[in-house]
Amino acid sequence: MTIRETFERLRSRDEAGLACYLMGGYPTLDASMRNIRAAVEGGADLIEVGIPFSDPIADGPTIQAASHEALVAGASLRRILEGLAAQRFDVPIVIMTYLNPLLALGRDRIGADFALSGVSGLIVPDLPMEESDEWTPLLSDAGISLIQLAAPTSTDDRLREIGKRSEGFVYAVSLTGTTGARRELSSELPAFLKRAKQLTAKPIAVGFGISTPEQIRSLREHADAVVVGSRLVDAIRQNEDLCGLVKTLKAATRSA
Amino acid sequence: MLATEPDKRGYFGAFGGRFVPETLMHALDELESAYREIRSDAAFAKRLSELQRDYVGRPTPIYQAARLTERLGGATLWLKREDLAHTGAHKINNALGQVLLAKQMGKQRIIAETGAGQHGVATATACALVGLKCQVYMGSEDCRRQRMNVLRMGLLGAEVIPVESGSKTLKDAINEAIRDWVTNVRTTHYVIGSVVGPHPYPLIVRDFQSVIGRETREQITARIGRLPDVVVACVGGGSNAIGIFHAFLNDAVKLIGVEAAGDGVDTPRHAATLAGGRVGVLHGAKSYVLQDADGQVTETHSVSAGLDYPGVGPEHSYLRDAGRVEYVSVTDREALAALKLMCEYEGIIPALEPSHAFAHVCKIAPQLGRDKVIVLNLCGRGDKDLEIVQGLV
Repeated sequence: MTIRETFERLRSRDEAGLACYLMGGYPTLDASMRNIRAAVEGGADLIEVGIPFSDPIADGPTIQAASHEALVAGASLRRILEGLAAQRFDVPIVIMTYLNPLLALGRDRIGADFALSGVSGLIVPDLPMEESDEWTPLLSDAGISLIQLAAPTSTDDRLREIGKRSEGFVYAVSLTGTTGARRELSSELPAFLKRAKQLTAKPIAVGFGISTPEQIRSLREHADAVVVGSRLVDAIRQNEDLCGLVKTLKAATRSA
Repeated sequence: MLATEPDKRGYFGAFGGRFVPETLMHALDELESAYREIRSDAAFAKRLSELQRDYVGRPTPIYQAARLTERLGGATLWLKREDLAHTGAHKINNALGQVLLAKQMGKQRIIAETGAGQHGVATATACALVGLKCQVYMGSEDCRRQRMNVLRMGLLGAEVIPVESGSKTLKDAINEAIRDWVTNVRTTHYVIGSVVGPHPYPLIVRDFQSVIGRETREQITARIGRLPDVVVACVGGGSNAIGIFHAFLNDAVKLIGVEAAGDGVDTPRHAATLAGGRVGVLHGAKSYVLQDADGQVTETHSVSAGLDYPGVGPEHSYLRDAGRVEYVSVTDREALAALKLMCEYEGIIPALEPSHAFAHVCKIAPQLGRDKVIVLNLCGRGDKDLEIVQGLV
């Protein structure tokens, strides 16, 4: 299923999407592939596969630690793509990576390698729209959506432009800060999401800091999808039942 | 034609740009426009130059190192004495400029990263001067090996936050400072200490450091009636080097940047980015980066904490590829021997960082004629390094 079809289906069912972020190669490559399957079985509507990086400046302690351990276990963008190529999932797979591993893979290989691995989208937290022009054409030639991020500090002009350029959906960062579960969502979040909705026609997925069914319920009206990441990475670390956890989170995306 | 200004998008040739999370993009726009404003503001320039004179002690002297010249037996060596600037290194030039800029922008809090601790000390000093709260990120390995500077920052009222991730050195301190900035961007200015980071930082830091080259040019011309033949400086991120090179870019002066070769550039333990790196993106800019085949940034080693960094300023990458500046490297062992030589022949204890540049001078000076003139940017004094040096020389 494509990203667009996923959001259309969600809209027709009047429910918000649940995007699950999992670190590729954590704790091992095989385990990360099993965990993706478990999240899909639990009802994830979209999977974000994180690529470990030595210098994850947008990530908090949970994902930093998983990234580090994945690297120690031998993970790389290339190996994770190979792992994905051997699988088929019923939901869109989106790669979330810092720019340098992409540069190392080589611009000429990205389209083909991603397509072969069944990847439909790409999120690059350190590639703002001003720097993305040289990537958009070669990705769209391969049918891969380059998803732009929006932040509470983005001006209206930037939000409008981000909305125009982003493909598939807009990833709204819920707060000024790094990834990682927070007890409370930012109080300015509803106003930010409202502003984002007014300025872009694309679906909006909100992420960073979201970990509980209550938080998801409070966001259901304001966004088309929510992203949960660090909470799931933590669950994997603690050997929790990932499929069960995703089921609970997914239930919160449906209206009562 | 050599570009001396970045283009609209912050590129020097193919290098630079802004590769940061969207959260920071508006802040960088604001910083750029605030900087453009003060860059042509006479009142700001007056305030800065008065403080440079009365507080920092500028102009720093240029000194003819007669005994070393005689010992090396070739070109005449002059030292640009940035080690005599307040706080003991060139870092104060940039820290003071940026802290004044932040104050003017109405920021309430300053953060900085530091490697050897000199930039942290300089930023803490500038914050004490203008009355701003200051927190400094420093790798725990660097806290250990540059303990004196941790004590100095504390005394100056700054809080030092040890960073435990990665190799626990400068690169990791920058990561943590960026994470702080992403979180507190509305109230906080991040004083980057070198000519690295997203645009406009490489431009701002270079401009505030280029006072070194302007003074050098004037001073050496007054003393010898012409420009020098060679200017040599060490390069980690590259701020002191850009600072002294900039005034000479369009002259027939040979410019040499000296990187840290650690145990040797043919070993995995070095920090010579331009010698062993590939083009990549680290800390918000496109430049040469020491990295593995998968694009993971590699851990570096140098006896000098200030050069122990896997990246390099984008303008240096540009000047290297344009062929304008020659970049070489010097090992730990060579730098330590050079440090000892300068102590014994001139009564000056240089920091480990410029000891790298001086080690290269020791190689080239004997090969140049006695009519040739070399200027070495002596960018900092070595008091901070005594504990490291003690067991090694």
